[in-house]
Amino acid sequence: MKQIKLAHGNGGEENNELISKIFYKAFKNEILEKSEDAAIIEDGKLAFSTDSFTVTPLFFAGADIGKLAVCGTCNDLAMMGAQPKYLTCSVIVEEGFSIDELKKIVSSMQKELEINGAKVVSGDTKVVPRGSVDKIFINTTGIGKVLKSGISSNSITDEDAIIVSRDIGCHGATIFAAREGIELTSELKSDCTSLYPIVKKLLDEDIHVTAMRDATRGGLSAVLNEWAKQSNICIEVDEDKIPVCDEVMGLCELLGFDATSLANEGTFLLAVKTQDAKKALEILQKFNKNASIIGKLTDLHVKKVILNSAWGTQRFLDMPTGELLPRIC
Amino acid sequence: MSKTLQLKELYTEFRNPDTIKSYASLIKQEAKKLERDVSIMEVCGGHTHTIMKYGLLQLLPKNVHFIHGPGCPVCIMPKERVDHAIALSKQPDVILVTLGDMIKVPGSEASLQDARAKGADVRFVYSPTDCLKIAEQNPDKTVIFFAIGFETTTPMTSALINQVINKNIKNILFHINHVTVPEPMRVLLDDDENKIDAFIGPAHVSVITGSKIYDEFPRDYKKPVVVSGFEPVDVIHSVLMILKQFNENRCEVEVEYSRSVSHDGNVVAQKLNDMFFERRDTFRWRGVGEIPKSALKLKDEYSYLDAEVTYAEILPNEKIDDHKLCICGDILKGKANPIECKVFGNACKPSSPLGSCMVSSEGACAAYYKYGGIL
Repeated sequence: MKQIKLAHGNGGEENNELISKIFYKAFKNEILEKSEDAAIIEDGKLAFSTDSFTVTPLFFAGADIGKLAVCGTCNDLAMMGAQPKYLTCSVIVEEGFSIDELKKIVSSMQKELEINGAKVVSGDTKVVPRGSVDKIFINTTGIGKVLKSGISSNSITDEDAIIVSRDIGCHGATIFAAREGIELTSELKSDCTSLYPIVKKLLDEDIHVTAMRDATRGGLSAVLNEWAKQSNICIEVDEDKIPVCDEVMGLCELLGFDATSLANEGTFLLAVKTQDAKKALEILQKFNKNASIIGKLTDLHVKKVILNSAWGTQRFLDMPTGELLPRIC
Repeated sequence: MSKTLQLKELYTEFRNPDTIKSYASLIKQEAKKLERDVSIMEVCGGHTHTIMKYGLLQLLPKNVHFIHGPGCPVCIMPKERVDHAIALSKQPDVILVTLGDMIKVPGSEASLQDARAKGADVRFVYSPTDCLKIAEQNPDKTVIFFAIGFETTTPMTSALINQVINKNIKNILFHINHVTVPEPMRVLLDDDENKIDAFIGPAHVSVITGSKIYDEFPRDYKKPVVVSGFEPVDVIHSVLMILKQFNENRCEVEVEYSRSVSHDGNVVAQKLNDMFFERRDTFRWRGVGEIPKSALKLKDEYSYLDAEVTYAEILPNEKIDDHKLCICGDILKGKANPIECKVFGNACKPSSPLGSCMVSSEGACAAYYKYGGIL
């Protein structure tokens, strides 16, 4: 590593290398090293997380950068079984940016805060000369109240089942199609949504949740690989159980992508005690009918994710690497 | 009543688990009748990808083997050509445009991705004609299209050249690296140590060229060729077709991918290619070496569009070989398997490839690394 490349921000292998060799090395401490979606602090009472947002285009089918900025941080808190409470909002905006667009973005943020029952209680604004940032960057940092303790990506065992909350890849596919000017005849939109209401329902129903993680950059395959490593276990997934809608599948076919490595902004994975898996699935399906139990934990290849095909073959589902690039032919 | 064709209808049945299982069991029966082991080379990287992604190796009986061929346009690009792209991207007021994952292929010292991180304007497009928009938006800059690919992508470059000429566009140049399929197949067969018994022929290449380009292989080399589609049912069906040829003492070109491939191919595209391109005397294939008449260049009358001519002075010419420990050459010739390589998976990975087969997702080593050829 000599220079930052775009691949260093892919949510996959290069991204992890950057984090571990530069940031973890400098900031080394027990809480950080747990590498959870949100840090659990104050004797387990609070969850704490931060996220920065940059997206082109700023407004896209299903959401905008404002909604994304609130969902992103609130979802990270929710994934640790916490109720989002207080957020900060830092905005870096480029000279010449439209005030109307800024109003729209902030209004989306407020709407999403209400869904989470959270408030922005501190903020900061910086305006920089044209060309210094790409239109607008938003950072949000949030604190949540832990409703259920002990949720951790480090404690998944063979007593858990793996569930995905809905069909995957919609956000990544929507953004890519918008950026590349690919016009679709169907209504593909980002899955961007606040997950706290779903998590609350699961916890209210006493589901034994071992771990949850929203499958953002790097997608489903990144989360599964992180879990396999963190919990020192093999995750076996049935390929035909992974829900992918026709639009996302179609785009992947055209461009040579894997839906499993496309980003999501309102889709999460759960490791749930096997005896609760069916009940958890029923609850999730009330929010999205495509929720699905996709896998189990074994010791076939520890620290690896294995994809079982419907015709009896197996292969690794690896951590995404490199930039997301369309294939050649 | 009119019905819109949905994209999924083009592939769903070609991934049908029951169909795959039936073909696998037919292959087992056919394989029992074989008098000796059969090694099938899939020429095209797209097929290598299908074989590994869908785990088709695991469905083959012990006496049927795949040899992964040299048909990945990114993998076979020698380092000196990548260095050309990097040198061009560093020129003032140049926008270097190329296709997909050419961007991460390392040259002698760096990749286009590294050049971009250092400030070069490097962009990738899905369709070469996207260069028109880039050129229009940047009238003060020169757009250089670094053209790569087999017969599949050549017509897309031709279509762009055609538009550049017709619209009299002054700020698009070309660096041509198009290569052709039959020549390397011949070179592999001419090697006395080759282990190839039959070929699975490329899908998309053959849509353009037609299956006629393979007629020489059964005729002159006694090797059957089955042109296959890219879906798992296509590939496994093609294997069955090849085994049947052996058991029925036939040796011919057959087209499994009959929904898209004819004997003569896309004649319009071929004519367009012939208008602009002629054969290079020779081209160096990464991992394989010099292959006469295996690549294209712009005809002299179009040399004013040729970045290799315009920028001749700044383009490095030194030939650069792969790392000593890399055995890509043997892998491409079917003499070795990726996992037999000492540096596979440790010193050589997709994020830091040493050799050609690891650089693109369609390379044999990259496919083994990604999907786990060790299973």
